[in-house]
Amino acid sequence: MASTTTRADKIDRLAELTAQQEAHGGASLWREAFRRLRASKMAVIGAVIIAVFVVLAVIGPWIAPYGPTEQAWRGEVFPNQGRFVGPRGENWFGLDHLGRDEFSRMLVGARQTLLVGVVSMLIGLVVGALVGALSGAAATLGGASGKRLDSFVMRVTDMLLALPSLLLAVSIAAVMGQSLTTVMIAVGVVQVPVFARLLRGSMLAQGGSDYVLAARALGVRRRRIVLTQILPNSLSPVIVQATLSLATAIIEAAALSYLGLGNPDPAVPEWGVMLSQAQRFFDNAPMMSVYPAVGIIITALGFTLLGEAMREALDPKLRG
Amino acid sequence: MPLLSVDELTVTFGGGRGRKESKAVNGVSFDVDQGQVVGLVGESGCGKSVTSLALMGLLPKKGVRTGGRADFDGTDLLTLAPSRMRDMRGRKIAMIFQDPLSSLNPVVPIGIQVTEILARHRGMKGEAARKEAAHLLDRVGIPDPDRRLKEYPHQLSGGMRQRALIAMAVACAPRLLIADEPTTALDVTIQAQILELLKELVDQQGTALLMITHDLGVVAGLCDQVNVLYAGKVVESTGRRELFAHPTHPYANGLLGSIPRLDAPRGTPLTPIRGSINDQIAWADGCAFAPRCDHYTMECLTGTPELAEPRAAGHQVRCVNPIMADPEAPPVVTAESDTASGSSDEPSAPDTPTEEVPA
Amino acid sequence: MSLLELDGVKVHFPVRKGVLFDRTVGHVYAVDGVSLKVEAGRTYGLVGESGCGKTTLGRAVLRLVDITEGEVVLDGTNLAKLSGEEMRRVRRRLQMVFQDPLGSLNPRQNIESILAEGMAAHGIGADSEERRAKIKEVLARVGLPANALSRYPHEFSGGQRQRIGIARALVLEPDVIICDEPVSALDVSIQAQVINLLEELQESLGLTYLVIAHDLAVVRHISDVIGVMYLGSLVEEAPSDTLYAEPRHPYTRALMSAVPVPDPDVEDNRERILLQGDLPSPANPPTGCRFHTRCPWKQETRCATERPELRDIGGGHRVACHYAAEIADGTIGPRQSATAPRAAGEQRPVDAAVPAEAGVGAAAGAGPGAEEAVGKE
Repeated sequence: MASTTTRADKIDRLAELTAQQEAHGGASLWREAFRRLRASKMAVIGAVIIAVFVVLAVIGPWIAPYGPTEQAWRGEVFPNQGRFVGPRGENWFGLDHLGRDEFSRMLVGARQTLLVGVVSMLIGLVVGALVGALSGAAATLGGASGKRLDSFVMRVTDMLLALPSLLLAVSIAAVMGQSLTTVMIAVGVVQVPVFARLLRGSMLAQGGSDYVLAARALGVRRRRIVLTQILPNSLSPVIVQATLSLATAIIEAAALSYLGLGNPDPAVPEWGVMLSQAQRFFDNAPMMSVYPAVGIIITALGFTLLGEAMREALDPKLRG
Repeated sequence: MPLLSVDELTVTFGGGRGRKESKAVNGVSFDVDQGQVVGLVGESGCGKSVTSLALMGLLPKKGVRTGGRADFDGTDLLTLAPSRMRDMRGRKIAMIFQDPLSSLNPVVPIGIQVTEILARHRGMKGEAARKEAAHLLDRVGIPDPDRRLKEYPHQLSGGMRQRALIAMAVACAPRLLIADEPTTALDVTIQAQILELLKELVDQQGTALLMITHDLGVVAGLCDQVNVLYAGKVVESTGRRELFAHPTHPYANGLLGSIPRLDAPRGTPLTPIRGSINDQIAWADGCAFAPRCDHYTMECLTGTPELAEPRAAGHQVRCVNPIMADPEAPPVVTAESDTASGSSDEPSAPDTPTEEVPA
Repeated sequence: MSLLELDGVKVHFPVRKGVLFDRTVGHVYAVDGVSLKVEAGRTYGLVGESGCGKTTLGRAVLRLVDITEGEVVLDGTNLAKLSGEEMRRVRRRLQMVFQDPLGSLNPRQNIESILAEGMAAHGIGADSEERRAKIKEVLARVGLPANALSRYPHEFSGGQRQRIGIARALVLEPDVIICDEPVSALDVSIQAQVINLLEELQESLGLTYLVIAHDLAVVRHISDVIGVMYLGSLVEEAPSDTLYAEPRHPYTRALMSAVPVPDPDVEDNRERILLQGDLPSPANPPTGCRFHTRCPWKQETRCATERPELRDIGGGHRVACHYAAEIADGTIGPRQSATAPRAAGEQRPVDAAVPAEAGVGAAAGAGPGAEEAVGKE
């Protein structure tokens, strides 16, 4: 009966029953987001694709069986007569129109493609984030003059956004000439207003939140509020966008190369340029176009999958 | 025979793909008679809203399992085919929700939303439907109903929106009205208006009302029969006067002790329940409330307590060590010495998490 | 002298419109001339319904919103005149507890860094060791375990989060804490814990509170003096017990009669004063007495034309109604339709089911009067 049991027994029994509750402490939101990301099939597939691509990009030139400019089989290919060489034992992907090994060129080209994607994304991210952070900080805590500055910056980005991105890229390329750098800058500049608007919008939303009000009520300095309260909570959509824009950057860079604005140097093949050159022979050698095209699509898909999975993992609604 | 008889209702969420299942409703039974106002009272997470959604067949199909029976007028609502449930909803059972704005379609004028219901369940059309809709709005106290019919939900105030929802709910003179926290989002003066309106509708139409609320003040003024829920089970069920005069389950007693009363003299101390809803044990292991209870005994930690009638017939309490003292008397310490022996080694200090992680 | 004094505080938010150049087309009169005094070590409760400006007023005291006009005097210093940096320093003495316990905590900071943020801003504690010791002390005071330090807001329950919010204010050792709806987001059983905690802290630390809430019962429980706000201004102010015993403003009466009491006897016998219609928009407040559009005691003269001042009627009781005295001694009665006393026949039997016909019949008598009260002119 109850009256005969001791207090210690009761406590022990209660402790035993409540101990079943899972004890997890000190997990930050970033860590929880990573845990959710790992559990997502989409993220894993995307990450595997990206990993393979990155490994190929790094070691591609060393494992390529032949040099990218080596025209060892020039005598076997006659584009003007419609005679091409398809896949065979020594050339897995066949030969291109100049008698070079297509497989080797794909491997070497992976590095250029990744470089274009990453660098142009970084240009967009860094410049855009700086502009966006400035604008967002001014709008949230800069008072009336801050709002005017924000308003001005946003009108400028609006104008940039209003220009068709390809047209903008083509004009930049027209001024700077034909090179890989041109493509990277052109694609990067187009991303700048996207990142700027995104970060600023996210900061504005966070700026109106209760914890920012609480920090102001605590007497925390404005710069510190931006750095420790607003920015860390505004980064999620930017991170997602960065991943997704790697995919678009690769595709846009390919498009610019395809239009003939890419690097003409045959020693550094790039998938977009390869695709551009291959299209002339599409009737007789469709596979020459298919390889770089499929490469671009799969890589872009990898980044898109990872980006979408990150969007879900970082969603604050799933917290807890 | 009661109008609605809920018997051992269970609602289980999750359970698929290695996720832990949780029983949001864990064997809830209660009856609603015709013309009666029955309250389901409890705090967040007690299962009161899930119960109402289960009765209305509004729970998502995926990842949710329901058990038990809910006999309404001779048909089991839980096993009813979706198409027949849709006919039932609105015509025989209607529901009003806490947030009137999100329960109304924002892009359709109020009038069309009301006439749609009239068309679907009462087969009314055109001018007749419009007239009836205006009559309904007038009935729930919306001034200038003809003009209001053309307005969109965002043009109405919170109180007016809730009135419009009530008008839609009573459009077909349902036999049972389920109100899920209908006044929680409203100001007190508006709340008083809405409660008065609900009372009137119940009195005039003989509609039964299942009132779901966390507010014991609302219960005191409205409900005939009250069911107090904790962690998915009814822990106390009785008439409203009996409940407030003799709260017998330690949880019900604690809830009443937690509420500051407007008419209490200043300085009257509150006696809160310690801990939070997270500090609970599975019903299978004992009384879920035990970790927060000042009266728990060893018996409370062995097996689910059953509903009993320790005080009066019809006053059901799920507790092996109920509070039998009169609330008028000074607070009596339980028979055991432990609660009086100081709080230095209390199993869980107020609101501390139960898991003991060293700092 | 009072620790905190508000004198004629107004907060008007401009309403702007325009595509390129914003044009001010009007104002929202969120707070429109509020004067009150908060005594050291006491609790002033500010009560009102949503849209009455009570939250804006609380924020104006901390200058989290701009004060359009008037003075906020803390211990002899007029805060409305301070520069940004001076105001920032004053915030050490004037702290705030927020309504939404989760939303007011940065989700990406752990508890230690949330609590250290304010200390760092005001240079409290020489190093992180010293700060941590202080934080641990305060955590114990508000009833949180020391292992809370390394955890994040989402890992706590609602009541615990509000304790964290209180601890965040306490580490700065403030004189005044403004509590903006401190318990309204919490479950009933948890509300009482937090209310008791606030009272304990006041007793042991000598804190001064300005409590802002919509729940009159909560405010009455913890306040020494209560101010009732309606549409941007105070309509009545009195010591807690006086306000309950002798509410003089029609709005206060209506508010009190609307608060549900967890006691069936009180509920069955009370006379409800049902207000008509809804709160007018603070962007376009009524002329004269702001309450006259809904007031059951409205008179033909003065009410619609002349704005009543807050008059002292003795015993620290102030009321802003032209006819407070006449209403109190019964010379002026409410319009008949405004009150809906519960008729005896309306009390339904508790246990027996009422047959539908009888219900309709019984209600027919009591119905019309009550229906009139609801919304019809």
